Amino acid sequence: MKKRSVRIYYVSFLLVILGFVLFLFLKTFNDNLLYYRSPTQLVNGNFPENYIFRIGGMVEEGSLIRIKGTKKVEFFVTDFDNKMLIKYDGILPDLFREGQGVVIRGHVENSYFVAEEVLAKHDETYMPPEVQESLGISEKNKNKTIESIQQ
Amino acid sequence: MIIDIGFIGYFLLLLGLMNCLFLLTPKFVTGLNISNNILLSASRLHFPILFISFICLIITFIGEDYSLDYVAKNSNSNLPLIYKISAAWAGHEGSMLLWCVVSSFWMLLASKYSSDLPESLRTNFLTIMGILNLGFLLFVVATSNPFARNLSVPIDGGDLNPLLQDFGLIIHPPMLYMGYVGLSVVFSFAVACCFEKEFKKEWAQWLRPWVLASWAFLTLGISLGSWWAYYELGWGGWWFWDPVENASFMPWLMATALIHSVIASGEKGMFKSWTILLSIFTFSLSLLGTFLVRSGILISVHSFASDPSRGIFILLMLAMLIGGGLAAYTMNSKKFIDDNEVKIFSKEGFFLLNNILLVTATFTILLGTMYPLILDILGLEKISVGVPYYNAVFIPLMIPLILLVGYVPILLSRISKNKQMFQLLIIFLTSLVLSLLFSINSILYFIGFFSAVWIIMNIFFDLFLYTKNSVRLKSRMGMYFAHFGLAIFILGASISENTKIEKELVLSIGETTSIGSFDYTLNKLEEEKSVNYDAIIASVLVSKNDSFVAEIKPEKRLYHSSESAMTEAGIFAKLDRDLYVSLGNMIDDNKWSLRVYDKPFIRFIWIGTIFMIIGSILSIRFRKKSNE
Repeated sequence: MKKRSVRIYYVSFLLVILGFVLFLFLKTFNDNLLYYRSPTQLVNGNFPENYIFRIGGMVEEGSLIRIKGTKKVEFFVTDFDNKMLIKYDGILPDLFREGQGVVIRGHVENSYFVAEEVLAKHDETYMPPEVQESLGISEKNKNKTIESIQQ
Repeated sequence: MIIDIGFIGYFLLLLGLMNCLFLLTPKFVTGLNISNNILLSASRLHFPILFISFICLIITFIGEDYSLDYVAKNSNSNLPLIYKISAAWAGHEGSMLLWCVVSSFWMLLASKYSSDLPESLRTNFLTIMGILNLGFLLFVVATSNPFARNLSVPIDGGDLNPLLQDFGLIIHPPMLYMGYVGLSVVFSFAVACCFEKEFKKEWAQWLRPWVLASWAFLTLGISLGSWWAYYELGWGGWWFWDPVENASFMPWLMATALIHSVIASGEKGMFKSWTILLSIFTFSLSLLGTFLVRSGILISVHSFASDPSRGIFILLMLAMLIGGGLAAYTMNSKKFIDDNEVKIFSKEGFFLLNNILLVTATFTILLGTMYPLILDILGLEKISVGVPYYNAVFIPLMIPLILLVGYVPILLSRISKNKQMFQLLIIFLTSLVLSLLFSINSILYFIGFFSAVWIIMNIFFDLFLYTKNSVRLKSRMGMYFAHFGLAIFILGASISENTKIEKELVLSIGETTSIGSFDYTLNKLEEEKSVNYDAIIASVLVSKNDSFVAEIKPEKRLYHSSESAMTEAGIFAKLDRDLYVSLGNMIDDNKWSLRVYDKPFIRFIWIGTIFMIIGSILSIRFRKKSNE
């Protein structure tokens, strides 16, 4: 009888520990999910619960401004319905170009988006699937659209 | 020359397909009583056929045969010869052919070294390997034929992605494939054992070197990939928890678990059922990795133009293999009865903990890799899992494992309690003293540092104080080397991650900035023309207390054919410190943004993996006999 109750305590203790570890694990997982949003979703107030998230679209043609003498840059990311001002104090990737797709990680401040990381590792005719989707372009029209954007 | 090399290559590919079908006849064509010799010779003939086919592909690259679509897309006439050759496996089609060649090579070895095995086991084993080879080859011929013709022949080819024009990337894929596909030997053998309804000690011992060899190749492949990312991507990181990296890391972790459990099966006849299951899962994870990378689901330097049919083909093959393997296992798993029971405080008890921790770690990575993909496919939400998740979950799981690794020599040599306490005290004090030297300021950093010292010193205590028996030492040497490598890796990772300095800044020509204990001066910028690119080369002078240390020359290249720019980092590397400079963007004529990194002991990360590889080679060479 005594042995049995000891075992019950032992097992319930283990279960509590296990539950706690599982809770911590899932919490860590949940805290580190980065959501993806398009400029239109942001303008409509569709912000993810997490503070930091990713935004994607095309870099608007002619919108890139370099703040003189610093590595700070500003540009607009657009899905052709709405656009979002991006501010970035850092080194742009080699493949960053106006008129091309980017995915940016960062957070919203006032009315603009502060970038922490800018990704653009694709060739001229490639568009990240997320960008493609937020632009609402079907696979067939993709190249046409890209050409018309670039012209 | 009128000989059409491309056609010969394609013909050999089809011949290989026939050969595979031929290989399967002794098992599946009943009633004709076909001799098993056909199985053996076909399994050995497969490699030469595919190898020559692959050579043909390389020749078409050297000969600039742009009538082949694959050649035209991945090479051009300006490419240096070495990259023309390596371009043969830089794109999707060629790399899949390489996969088949590697697979046929493993089958050749398996056929050659399996003569000690019982007849029926050997037949089943080689037949399963044949089925795998057939599947891979069908995939190439049906969806990814590198010998496919172009309708219109271009005058010159496209280009090899500049990122891939690099030595590290020439050998990274073949090594990784050797590892991935080597695990197919392990898988086939495990499934064949299921059909035998038995897993004898001798068989587990036979299996062990194959696991070790695949593991060694995987280690080398992953390590090369990490090294390449470090110096080529220009961000100075060595591991990004990128889904593609995870795809190779998961089978590595599982194979590490397998290395340990297969020892228990071979020496004591324990964990039989588990070793078989683990073998099946390990190879399944390598295939899953291939699926993720090749299907175009993941976006990275590894993924090529996506083609849904390829993804579906690999997914089907994955389902068939995992399904088939697991079915064979579940039908027979009750027949695997262990000869001994596990005691926690023993070698096998340690293996058990090792396996639990490694498999849990693999699961957490699998969750982080697959969850975003599944949500995306279901159309629910687009997310990605941030790096902090992996660090927060993976590192705490590894700490107990590393402490166990350090305890192994004590366990094996049965050191008395008093001596253990004495050893622990000495090691603790040593790491305290060293931690002052390395200005350790966080608990996690100290734990990393302590566990590395703990592993290393316990090994040395055992080597110089306790174990004098040379036979016993010889059998432990491989293990000690691998564990020592792990400790070196941990040292490198924890020191560099905790004391690195990373700065992004703007410098004009002649301007000096001070970062860490070094001064960096942007000396000059020069233009240089190379065969297939133009470069801007910066000269950055590094000095310490006004005395010259090094000149670092980072480059920005503009490749002609693809018009793409690429950053080539400049690294001043010494054993205990890397100074890393890469060019960012031009601000104005004589002003550039730069990345300047100071990374102490980062070399230890890759040096550690070299020791691990040496360890596995030694383990294959000097293995312990069960009746010893």
